[in-house]
Amino acid sequence: MYLSRDEEAVYQGERGETLARMMQILVALGDIYGAERLVTVKSVQIAGVSYKNIGPAGLEWISRLQGRVAVPSILNPAGMDLVRWREMGIDEAFAERQRAVVQAYERLGVCIDCTCTPYQIYDSLAGRGDHLAWSESSAVSYANSVIGARSNREGGPSALAAALVGKTALYGYHLDENRMPTHLIDVQADLMGSDFGALGFLAGGMVKDGVPFFRLRSAPGRDDLKALGAAMAASGSVALYYVQDATAAPPGSNNLHPQEKITLGRAEIDQVYEQHPAEGCDAVAIGCPHCSGEELERVARLIGGRKVKAKMKLWICTARKVADAHPALVAAIEESGARVFCDTCMVVSPATERFSKMLTCSGKALAYLPGLAGVKAGYCSLEDCIEAALVEERQ
Amino acid sequence: MMNMEIKCHRVAPGCAGGEALVTKEAISFLGNVDPLTGRVVDPAHELFGQCVAGKVLIFPGGKGSTVGSYVIYQLKKLNLAPAAMINLRSEPIVAVGAIISGIPLVDRVLEAVMKVRSGTWIEVDADGEWVRVHEEKGE
Repeated sequence: MYLSRDEEAVYQGERGETLARMMQILVALGDIYGAERLVTVKSVQIAGVSYKNIGPAGLEWISRLQGRVAVPSILNPAGMDLVRWREMGIDEAFAERQRAVVQAYERLGVCIDCTCTPYQIYDSLAGRGDHLAWSESSAVSYANSVIGARSNREGGPSALAAALVGKTALYGYHLDENRMPTHLIDVQADLMGSDFGALGFLAGGMVKDGVPFFRLRSAPGRDDLKALGAAMAASGSVALYYVQDATAAPPGSNNLHPQEKITLGRAEIDQVYEQHPAEGCDAVAIGCPHCSGEELERVARLIGGRKVKAKMKLWICTARKVADAHPALVAAIEESGARVFCDTCMVVSPATERFSKMLTCSGKALAYLPGLAGVKAGYCSLEDCIEAALVEERQ
Repeated sequence: MMNMEIKCHRVAPGCAGGEALVTKEAISFLGNVDPLTGRVVDPAHELFGQCVAGKVLIFPGGKGSTVGSYVIYQLKKLNLAPAAMINLRSEPIVAVGAIISGIPLVDRVLEAVMKVRSGTWIEVDADGEWVRVHEEKGE
């Protein structure tokens, strides 16, 4: 791989041990994937924040690094709400280590907003055509597909390497040749709300790491695209997709030659619901990926002043900045007994493990809860999720 | 194969020697290897029960969770890491794990290296991009 004189100097250790190691990571990945050179990134989003995932070794490694990030960098969700962790049932020992992880990143100059949806709180992190080094699979999918930026799905250390160096290796989704659709998916059904997550759950399993191009009857909104991409990144490893007339278009899009054509209808979508019934749930989880302000508003409206059942938990996850921007909505939601937790989510927090079955309207949570948290998952619409959590209205 | 010198490609820098521990199977450091003992704990793995500490670990490549990189780092901190590693083709989990832990790692070696018997003395010079195989050391 070609390195400029300056990059070579970093690689050889002339700018210190940490930067040398970071450059070695970038070069090793570039060699593995056949990159010709490095490219400057606009921003970095770093996974490897939840102490549940990175453990003592991860914490120690991050704590020993020296230096400052070279570009705006932000964190993925942590294993707990950094303020209200006690209410989640997190123990003191975990909380202490989780705080240490976040402090270690802060010391390197990383912005310590912990969210899987950085694009919902900072517009400046990613624009059309920008090269990024983001980790969180749903955020990578959103950035590539909806924003039209360019990012591979980075691991924790490679994202941190990109943050400290300010560059990433030029391969994969940074290059037009890897951004061509591989599958054409015709959806012959009208989709609403959680249908997009169900579609993503199905499509991800079918296309694996491919690049699907959807033709939909219904025009998806931003939250619908967020849900679709997140589900495909979890049930498969889709990092880029297209929706005709709704997302950025493929490069040179007059000549699409997808290798495979798939048709999906209402029956296939409905199967996702039928195969994951709501019965037996002891918790309802909303906000995977993190809720937007509009979604908080919808939740508050659906609750409509009612109360959560005594033996049920209703947890809503969002970014702290989004919660802070909507204090009245958060108060209205919590009045019911529901909790709006920030900085974390049901997939990465150990707090989830004590539930036996969670009800969700997220295709991503549906794909991850059983494996990552050992919790069964039921799937239904946001409306049915909220209804399942609330005390039934007396006539 | 005696005192054979084989060309390779540097992934993580450094030089080290040790007894070979060889497997034809990919390794998922998260799950396959116990970070507190260095032993392969997956009964389904060819190296089940073996300890990777101080060995030159020869395997086709890594697989599984990216948290595996931190397992390699944990092994190194407890002096239970391999002295060096040789892959046919490195992938990001093992490559990143080796770099952050300071373990020499090379790849793109001849397939013949995979046929070395476990216990054979191996030197790895990642910086010079060669691997030396000392068959029947001490004869």
